[in-house]
Amino acid sequence: MDIATQAIEGGFADPVFDAQTVFRAVMDAMARPGTLQPLPVFARPPTPLSATAGAIALALCDNDTPLWLDPVLQAPAAVKSWLGFHTGAPLANTPADAHFALIAAPAEMMALDGFSQGTQDYPDRSTTLILQVGDLVSGAPLLLEGPGIERTATIAPAQMPRHFVEQWKQNNQRFPRGVDIVLATPDGVTCLPRTTRIKTMEA
Amino acid sequence: MTAQPTDIATYNFAYLDEQTKRMIRRAILKGIAIPGYQVPFASREMPMPYGWGTGGVQVTASIIGPDDVLKVIDQGADDTTNAVSIRAFFKKVANVAVTTQTAKATIIQTRHRIPEHPLGAGQVLVYQVPIPEPLRFLEPRETETRKMHALEEYGLMHVKLYEDIARHGRIATTYAYPVKVEGRYVMDPSPTPKFDNPKMHRSPALQLFGAGREKRIYALPPFTEVVSLDFEDHPFEVQTFDQPCALCAAENVYLDEVILDDHGGHMFVCSDTDHCEKRREEGHRGHLAPETHLAPEKMEPTQ
Repeated sequence: MDIATQAIEGGFADPVFDAQTVFRAVMDAMARPGTLQPLPVFARPPTPLSATAGAIALALCDNDTPLWLDPVLQAPAAVKSWLGFHTGAPLANTPADAHFALIAAPAEMMALDGFSQGTQDYPDRSTTLILQVGDLVSGAPLLLEGPGIERTATIAPAQMPRHFVEQWKQNNQRFPRGVDIVLATPDGVTCLPRTTRIKTMEA
Repeated sequence: MTAQPTDIATYNFAYLDEQTKRMIRRAILKGIAIPGYQVPFASREMPMPYGWGTGGVQVTASIIGPDDVLKVIDQGADDTTNAVSIRAFFKKVANVAVTTQTAKATIIQTRHRIPEHPLGAGQVLVYQVPIPEPLRFLEPRETETRKMHALEEYGLMHVKLYEDIARHGRIATTYAYPVKVEGRYVMDPSPTPKFDNPKMHRSPALQLFGAGREKRIYALPPFTEVVSLDFEDHPFEVQTFDQPCALCAAENVYLDEVILDDHGGHMFVCSDTDHCEKRREEGHRGHLAPETHLAPEKMEPTQ
């Protein structure tokens, strides 16, 4: 399949209702951090962009939202042209300019504070990071608490960024500034908004 | 997909265009991530005037799907003008199921009340907000109030509550009573009676607030700390009523005064009409409940 075909195929079959379903899953995941909100396959983006991450991008991104791609997603031209065709989102020059960042290899990603953190006046002007992870069970367990969580929640996402617990603690300390994370797994979506605190489990 | 003959062919599903929905959806996500912070958004003109719930309508239109069941209340009532017309609007433009029963709804759009029936996980409460900025009547400049939120400088609000005490001997604010969210942002709970403030605290439902004219969206995720501002020696208290609902005898609910005649006759009835009807169906009767559906001939004037 040539790049032009790859760029055009694989979008939402039913844009209005698919976007609504994907958004509601992300909204519920953001409102209840640590819960997995299941999502069927709605999009078929070119590899290495995953179906879930691709569907979230289609639901939320457009020409108002500069997008940053990690080096793994930057490399193949097909990913860029697929996102460009279906969302119209411009690519951000630097991570700090991005409204959304798509990250296919979270384990190798740059530090969280390299992205836009918003300002004290406008903390909403921050980057939302969409991380592709394989599953939520095989990584280091994270015990979560904060708004949206009745007592505690536990997830163990695979391939998380280096020193993630320490980085996330710094992200918490910047509140109300900070980044929010959307974890896109093959089965659905889980979120870590900036208010979620990770309690270390080893201690 | 526009070729399919449907009742709503002239509009996109839920009235708003897709780019507007995406913009509002992004604002909702930020609002949930920063509880109590007012996210600016590009509010659209709706086919109803500002002040009639355009903020709530835009939030509902952006989250609603074909499987949702919508309930709309206006001051607790399902059958008042604002509630009826917004419910009809969504029935027409989104073709969704509507209900008056709190427990059956997945999305409840409200003007100035929280239903008496406890909300559950999976329900979304959408508030129509006239003035989202709790500091606005104390400081009219947006640049200043924004700085006050940024610096967590809320002394002015406590001065306002203190002046109430100095003047009236108690905190006289009865609605739009300011709350602090997760120990950080001071938030206007919209003009709900302060009676409803405790229901916001650690509610299992997601609460979204939309202010159309003022172009702000804010949110409370489930299980979020929502504390009404007060003083140690003047703790926050909700309204109490010295008589139960005249129709269903419910106690510990918010009551409306209804004028019955021009001789001073009046009664207090539940502001939540669904709650009141359900209780009467269950056989609860207040002292003015009619035996039949005919109005009773003589009303006892209450003092």
